[in-house]
Amino acid sequence: MGVGIHVSHLNAWFGSKQALYDINMEVPANQATAVIGPSGCGKSTFVRCVNRMHETVPEARVEGKIQIGETEVYGRGVSPVSIRRRIGMVFQKPNPFPTMSIYDNVAAGLKLNGFHKRRELDEIVERSLQHAALWDEVKDDLKKKSGISLSGGQQQRLCIARALAVQPEIMLMDEPASALDPISTSKIEDLIFQLKEEFTIVIVTHNMQQAARVADFTGFFLMGKLIEFDKTEKMFTNPADKRTEDYITGRFG
Amino acid sequence: MPKSAKLQVSTRRRVMNWLGLGAITLATLVVTVPLFLILGTVIYHGIGGLNWAFFTQMPKPPGEVGGGMANALVGSGIILMVASAIGIPFGIGTGIFLAEYGRNVYGDVVRFTADVLNGVPSIVIGITAYALVVITQRHFSALSGGVALGIMMVPTVGRTTEAVLLMVPQSVREAALGLGIPQWRTTLSVVVRTAMSGIVTGIMLAFARIAGETAPLMFTAFGNQFWNTNLNEPTAALPLQIYVYALGPFDEWHRLAWTGAFVLIALIAITMILFRFATSRGVMRETT
Repeated sequence: MGVGIHVSHLNAWFGSKQALYDINMEVPANQATAVIGPSGCGKSTFVRCVNRMHETVPEARVEGKIQIGETEVYGRGVSPVSIRRRIGMVFQKPNPFPTMSIYDNVAAGLKLNGFHKRRELDEIVERSLQHAALWDEVKDDLKKKSGISLSGGQQQRLCIARALAVQPEIMLMDEPASALDPISTSKIEDLIFQLKEEFTIVIVTHNMQQAARVADFTGFFLMGKLIEFDKTEKMFTNPADKRTEDYITGRFG
Repeated sequence: MPKSAKLQVSTRRRVMNWLGLGAITLATLVVTVPLFLILGTVIYHGIGGLNWAFFTQMPKPPGEVGGGMANALVGSGIILMVASAIGIPFGIGTGIFLAEYGRNVYGDVVRFTADVLNGVPSIVIGITAYALVVITQRHFSALSGGVALGIMMVPTVGRTTEAVLLMVPQSVREAALGLGIPQWRTTLSVVVRTAMSGIVTGIMLAFARIAGETAPLMFTAFGNQFWNTNLNEPTAALPLQIYVYALGPFDEWHRLAWTGAFVLIALIAITMILFRFATSRGVMRETT
């Protein structure tokens, strides 16, 4: 089951450059939430703060509070590794491990954390690939083909399967379809629809139709600030803020 | 647009193209021809003396016909194993440090030191091993020879490891970290694994270089006319034996030296192939 994300007074920096300003947001559990906004508005930085990937960039810094479920993400003594195990992440460009087979790619999160029970691994790999709607296309080549021998869209679904295999509670997707063709994109979107039954999904996108199609809630970022956050329907039909309306109607960005 | 302008290449361009192509072809020849001449000469003079005795028999007393270099082959094997045991782990460790944690002053210092070490004449490395091991132990030994060659491996392996690790895309590291895999595990099981074939190339280059080194062994392993497998005793090595025999007064020694040179080159080649084969299993090629 998914858990909600509570963000309060979140600020983030790259060196001396501030990227996020005082973000407050309640991401509901088991829903898909879209984060939209023009390039460089801080959407990616925002999701990377949630699973503490932001701090892997040299000189990056975070202040404020994020909770996932009951856990304080930036709490004392909380390790980034333990947070990332509960949060799956799918990146903009598909990034399977190049020297690993399809099977090993999916099993990587478990294997490299010391889980080696063959039969259970087999089951989890199959279930994750089925879940990511990739099983039928790869089931005959699981151990024969490498992850990057697949097409771009398949690679991205492989990355989703890889994230699913560790059974996270939250899935962060950072423009998961922006490098893909329309057919692959629609497959990924269908997937998001199913996945939100089990996970809380946050999807960064600069494709507004996509946000409208898949998300229950939408947050609009502009220059590092959260301008508006509401039900997607409300955001796209009757936004409260003039800037949201301007962006959604295509007047800038 | 007039028809004549379409796809017309001027004479000047064509001549320049020919000249450029000629120049790089010439450069290639200048580099490869001497290599094949050397290889050819060694094979021509060396292959005739190749027989079982060379691999199985000890050197005969001066003036006698026949005999082999069994002791030197085994000695070289021992020395190279010691060298690899030192050079490979320290080299890979250095490379990992430089690539993953070395974007700072400490890294710069290590990088500079490694480059200088790479340029130090091998005989100076030999003196270092002499001072460190031979003087402490008070006698020549296979161990000290291995230490000398091991030191020589570190900078080569280290710098190539660094270079290939840096070629692993950042997105691969992020993918692993994002799965909740700890940093150290990400480095060893994902980044190093991804770059493995490049690291192996670096190791092989370093290995091939030290396998033929003679100077650092002269006052460390020292050479030995007799059979020895003790790390603490002076030990024969193929390059040393070749050196001694090539300068000796007997035709029979010259013949053996040529054969030794041929065997040395062949063994390095075989080792490289085996090593490449052993480390490529289990790693997926990008194209399959």
